[in-house]
Amino acid sequence: METIQGSEPQLRVPGKPYVVTPLDYPAVLIAAKDYQQVSDQIADIPLVHPRKREWLAGFSIACLLLLMFMVAVGYLLYRGVGIWGINIPVAWGFAITNFVWWIGIGHAGTFISAILLLLLQKWRTTINRFTEAMTLFAVICAGMFPLLHLGRPWVFYWLLPYPDTMALWPQFRSPLVWDVFAVSTYFTVSLLFWYLGIVPDLATVRDKARTKWRRIFYGLGALGWRGSAVHWQNHQSAYLLLAGLATPLVLSVHSVVSFDFAVAQLPGWHSTIFPPYFVAGAIYSGFAMVLNLVIPIRRLYGFQNLITERTLNNMACVMLATGWMVTYGYIMEAFMAWYSGEPFDRAMMWDRAFGAYGWVFWLLMTVNVFIPQLLWSRWVRTHPVPLFFVALSVNVGMWLERFVIVVQSLHHDFVPSSWRMYFPTKWDWMTLFGSIGLFLTLLFLFIRYLPMISISESRELIAQRKEGRL
Amino acid sequence: MAQIFGKSSSSIARVSLVSGFFGFFVFWGVVYMIYWSSWTTAKGVPREQEVPFSHQHHVSGLGIDCRYCHTSVEKSSFAGIPPTETCMTCHSHVWTDAPMLAPERQSLATQQPLNWKRVNDLPDFVFFNHSIHVQKGIGCSTCHGPVNLMPLTWKAHSLYMRWCLDCHEAPEKQIRPRDQIYNMEWQPPPDQRERGLQLLKDYHISQQRLNQLRDCSMCHR
Repeated sequence: METIQGSEPQLRVPGKPYVVTPLDYPAVLIAAKDYQQVSDQIADIPLVHPRKREWLAGFSIACLLLLMFMVAVGYLLYRGVGIWGINIPVAWGFAITNFVWWIGIGHAGTFISAILLLLLQKWRTTINRFTEAMTLFAVICAGMFPLLHLGRPWVFYWLLPYPDTMALWPQFRSPLVWDVFAVSTYFTVSLLFWYLGIVPDLATVRDKARTKWRRIFYGLGALGWRGSAVHWQNHQSAYLLLAGLATPLVLSVHSVVSFDFAVAQLPGWHSTIFPPYFVAGAIYSGFAMVLNLVIPIRRLYGFQNLITERTLNNMACVMLATGWMVTYGYIMEAFMAWYSGEPFDRAMMWDRAFGAYGWVFWLLMTVNVFIPQLLWSRWVRTHPVPLFFVALSVNVGMWLERFVIVVQSLHHDFVPSSWRMYFPTKWDWMTLFGSIGLFLTLLFLFIRYLPMISISESRELIAQRKEGRL
Repeated sequence: MAQIFGKSSSSIARVSLVSGFFGFFVFWGVVYMIYWSSWTTAKGVPREQEVPFSHQHHVSGLGIDCRYCHTSVEKSSFAGIPPTETCMTCHSHVWTDAPMLAPERQSLATQQPLNWKRVNDLPDFVFFNHSIHVQKGIGCSTCHGPVNLMPLTWKAHSLYMRWCLDCHEAPEKQIRPRDQIYNMEWQPPPDQRERGLQLLKDYHISQQRLNQLRDCSMCHR
């Protein structure tokens, strides 16, 4: 009998296949007809550029947002961080909220491409390229915020250990310095991983291109790829090695980001659960962002045969699981505040739920904990439109979570005389939405000029389907 | 269709990779050299002045003490640039007609001070105090170099913060007895380390004080 467990390992009794109880979830991993169709379907987007009008509309909106970002940043560089709503004690405000949010979104890429690769999850194949690109762009957005929130952003390079004229040396006991290394390492490895994966596809596009300049452009990117057995041998070894290198990074980067808070003494920050709780939150928001991007693009370019309902379903399952890990984090934060018996921790937790920012907390609970419970329904998991809105809710929720951690904890520290509210200014909002513009601009350029789904790996899936190994 | 990339492409690619790797170090090496060159720091470059005053002549030749002109060095943050009247204590009697000194006489006649250009100029965000250095055993020549040999005055050191910290991190290497402060020929003796540590005690510079010497707020208030 045919099982629908797909690539999941099957226990075998010698002589006959192990009978797996059908779980009744979508069975088709890839619906494309043959190699030729896959190549054409994916490579034609950079070459032929279908759906020109929709792309242009989206790109224009993204560029407008980017323009707003440039205005906001330009004025920031001219006037300084005083244009934001930050104050003492809330010195971090939106900038660090946005930083943690973006870096979290950037986690799905490496999770999908490295960890799921090592775990032989074949459903990652059609979304890994896209999420890796998303990771790169999200990390670019993330990396800007810690630099912009410096008093003098133009001397950001003082963060690096180099033989300067001032004999300054970064304080290596500070998690803020660990951040610099964690984020830059993550970006470098993600970039290498993404590029290594795209090389054979660039060769495919190069071979299909008809104009000289396109052949030069894609040819340069393809680095002389001819698809020989030696090429593939080296490529696959390098890819696996990089996956091994990138796997610890998935866990380390957001752990280090969480140290920015956990190492501090502030109630609401000083917590040992932060590293795993942040990593789970990162993967949660990363998958939410992938769904938010994949669902419209899948529809726009007709990729339903490559990114099937099964892929959507699996992503939704990952979201449901990580969502519960995050929820466990929320519960533990409240429990530990009570169980510790620390009056400051208890006061902070009480203020978090019922204080001035209480409404943000309950909004966070609604969009990040309650609404995602819809994912228990198979109908929601396999239908793009409801899934899109649940993912959107998670994205908003994860931003609110970082806002609560950063702002609410800071505004209510030990000494009542220093308590103070934080009110974002229009520049704060412009920077937040502007960074989304930067992200979308890069993303639109990516889907316009580069193969957004791995051609070679999709063809591999078809080969496996033919051999009955899928 | 013809090949877009000829046979040489592979070689070009390899050469670019290798030269890109070394180019990184060459580029930053050049930047480093520019930062430390006298073109940037003005170290060792004589500065033109309205009157070409020679420390060499006045200090080595005539034996005038630093404090004769730089009067406030022992009690003020600023060592003091002498007013025209100080010059005129002698130059109203000697070299009264020297063309070289015409701006000097002009200055006295019009009561407009001469526009001396600063040779050792620290940024405004650095709070440097001459008196504490002089009181605690840092001699003129430690920072200003052999001024007694300078026909025109130049910077003896880069004045980069790294250079300040070289001494602030280990003052015993430079500290000298109080009677040697204005000795332009003073050199650290072979047993400077022991002597320096003893002098630190004599000047009541405790370990706590030494640690404070490396605080940001010691110089940047």
